Amino acid sequence: MAEQAVRIREDILKGADSPDLLGWLDKPYKAEIELRGKITRSLVEEISRIKKEPDWMRRLRLRSLELFYKLPMPKWIVGIEEIDLDVLSHYVKPEAQTTDEWQDLPEQMRRYYEKLGLPELEAKFLAGLVAVYDSETVYARMKEYLRRKGVIVLPLEEAVQKYPDLVKKYFLRVFPPSDHKFAALHGALWSGGTFIYVPPGVKVREPIESFFLIGRQGEGQFEHSLIVADEGSYVHWIEGCSAPRFVGYSFHNGMVEAYAHRNATVKITTIQNWSRNVINFNNKRGIAEEGARVDWVEGSIGSRMTYVYPSTILKGDNSSTRSVVVTLSKGPYLKDSGSKVIHVGANTKSKIVNKSISAEGGVNVYRGIVRIVRGAKNANAHVECDSLILDGKSKAHTFPHNQVDEPTASVSHEAKTGRLSEQQLFYLTSRGLTDDEAKSLIVLGFLDEIMTELPIEYANVLHRVIQLEFSELGAVG
Amino acid sequence: MPGLEVENLHVRIENKKILHGITLNVEYGSIHAIMGPNGSGKSSLAYTIMGRESYEVEEGDIRLDGESLLDLPTEERALKGIYMALQDPPQVPGVRLSTLMIAAINKKLGNLDLTRVKDPSIVKKMYKYAEELNLSRDILQREINVGFSGGEKKRSELLQALVLEPKVIILDEPDSGLDIDGVKKVANILKELKAEGKAIMLITHYARMFKYVTPDIVTVIIDGKIAVQGGPEVANLVEEKGYAYIRQRFFKR
Ligand SMILES: Nc1ncnc2c1ncn2[C@@H]1O[C@H](COP(=O)(O)OP(=O)(O)OP(=O)(O)O)[C@@H](O)[C@H]1O
Ligand SMILES: [Mg+2]
Repeated sequence: MAEQAVRIREDILKGADSPDLLGWLDKPYKAEIELRGKITRSLVEEISRIKKEPDWMRRLRLRSLELFYKLPMPKWIVGIEEIDLDVLSHYVKPEAQTTDEWQDLPEQMRRYYEKLGLPELEAKFLAGLVAVYDSETVYARMKEYLRRKGVIVLPLEEAVQKYPDLVKKYFLRVFPPSDHKFAALHGALWSGGTFIYVPPGVKVREPIESFFLIGRQGEGQFEHSLIVADEGSYVHWIEGCSAPRFVGYSFHNGMVEAYAHRNATVKITTIQNWSRNVINFNNKRGIAEEGARVDWVEGSIGSRMTYVYPSTILKGDNSSTRSVVVTLSKGPYLKDSGSKVIHVGANTKSKIVNKSISAEGGVNVYRGIVRIVRGAKNANAHVECDSLILDGKSKAHTFPHNQVDEPTASVSHEAKTGRLSEQQLFYLTSRGLTDDEAKSLIVLGFLDEIMTELPIEYANVLHRVIQLEFSELGAVG
Repeated sequence: MPGLEVENLHVRIENKKILHGITLNVEYGSIHAIMGPNGSGKSSLAYTIMGRESYEVEEGDIRLDGESLLDLPTEERALKGIYMALQDPPQVPGVRLSTLMIAAINKKLGNLDLTRVKDPSIVKKMYKYAEELNLSRDILQREINVGFSGGEKKRSELLQALVLEPKVIILDEPDSGLDIDGVKKVANILKELKAEGKAIMLITHYARMFKYVTPDIVTVIIDGKIAVQGGPEVANLVEEKGYAYIRQRFFKR
């Protein structure tokens, strides 16, 4: 049973045509409310009204909308012409109420999550789980011992109602909507997502997971996650993303804001395996106060196009960050990624590791930034970019950008590009492996050091997803 | 049982013709030595037997146990039991030597997950043969050929042959770059493999290994053609007189 759950979960992560899923695909889960069409003030007001939001949130949405209208289309985006924002469903409320009991979910939906293996994973491995279906949270729960310690794990909407002052302090402040057009759009339309607050000194040893699912085509998903770790606390949040395969494309424009107070640690792990028709836009930023740490691990496998740049502002002295981004573009797909770090405090440290794999015409672009502002004494940044290119049709581009305004700071950069040669491929096939099996060994080897950093359950899933990608089963268009 | 048969093999790479009608057999339980000067086509013969891309067979046949291999891709030839130890094996960054052997064994056994060790006895086997070849155990955990010394590369090629247990073993200059103890070691292992009934094709420039292991047949290839084929005495002739003499004596003009 457990084996099967894992397998089906992988199928779904892969967007494969498992017969179990096709049955489900025939009829997307019923929506109670679906708002589509032009992005107007009244659309935004309607979302706010449905959510019975306080006025400050409504105004924040409208201000973001104004910015969205005003801001230019970012120049670094390619392929965006495919997105016709005016025909998407911007808000889809599934016919289900948020619950903390799996059995309260509508049967069809519950069975679906069971097939994904989520209830089992939660029981065995997680401190908390939030499941977002289309635009709304349908399940949220955390283990009792955390509640007693004052940890908060809630759908963001509920947190807005219950803890407005806490939310207000951080929401859209770590990542202001004025940053770029899509951040602004997110601010106007956000829906669903997770709020996590860890009180001072509390260390949440097991991870908390949020699982996001796009349940229909032509949908825009704008979930927002806000992770706040108070002084000296520790939390590891895992984000899983999935969508079954549809005919038309969907648009994902989520946001993650993380705030690590003095000496706190926030770790964020994402495994993104959207199906091949999701255009994935992800806005991720963290702020680290004195002595704090924000770590990112991003595994970006699926989607048609992905734009993701985990960013950290090292605000306090002695704060640090480590950002590991792995992208796979196998087939005619694009991953545009890159970590960004701004060193503000003294003795701040950052390490960026970017690993990309390009195959069968896939393209990876690295666009990282390290900025060290004046006064960030003895700041130290190290960037490593490794590209693996598996054939002549595929490409990897690296555009590192460093801006160092502090004379005592140091930045080092290492870039390596490995191209699979005919000789290497011959060597491995001469031991009995097919070309694809040889490639999967090389890819797994390339990712070895990163696999060891993931929680074992997730490393296993990633491992098998990659093996599948390079098997005949994985050869989907 | 015929083993490996090469019949009237003509091979071209891109626009260059490299082999001009090679015929030879490698029988089970025997050692067939292939000698020849640099660039004569010895490695090309081995690559063509393994089905390497760009080695185009224009004419002739390659058979294992009577069955033609020409239409099979490299991995299927390997799965049928042919193994080649490369003259200069490439580095494969990221892939550990043990991982490759485990994957190759899983593949042979039909296990879907190539990276999982199902039967711990294969690890024991790797340790045993590594020791026999004077390789330290940690080489198994290193990335294939990355930073290996010349001798380590040769030994690691032979180690894989021992662990994977093929029927036909092609060794492309397993002795070059080895010290004298290494040469003796390799010769002894070849003796054992022969006794186990393997068909061994041993490519080498020099007869020095033949002091420790006697080949059953020696074929000298020059300019992609067979100059002479015979018993161990052919190797002695090469050693005494050199390739220039052989060329003159066996190729008219
Ligand atoms: N990929 C290739 N492209 C063009 N020419 C090649 C290629 N591979 C081999 N050759 C040529 O084919 C001929 C035979 O080469 P091969 O490597 O088979 O010789 P060899 O007998 O193994 O030599 P050595 O003793 O130096 O290893 C040489 O002239 C070589 O330059
Ligand atoms: Mg050679």
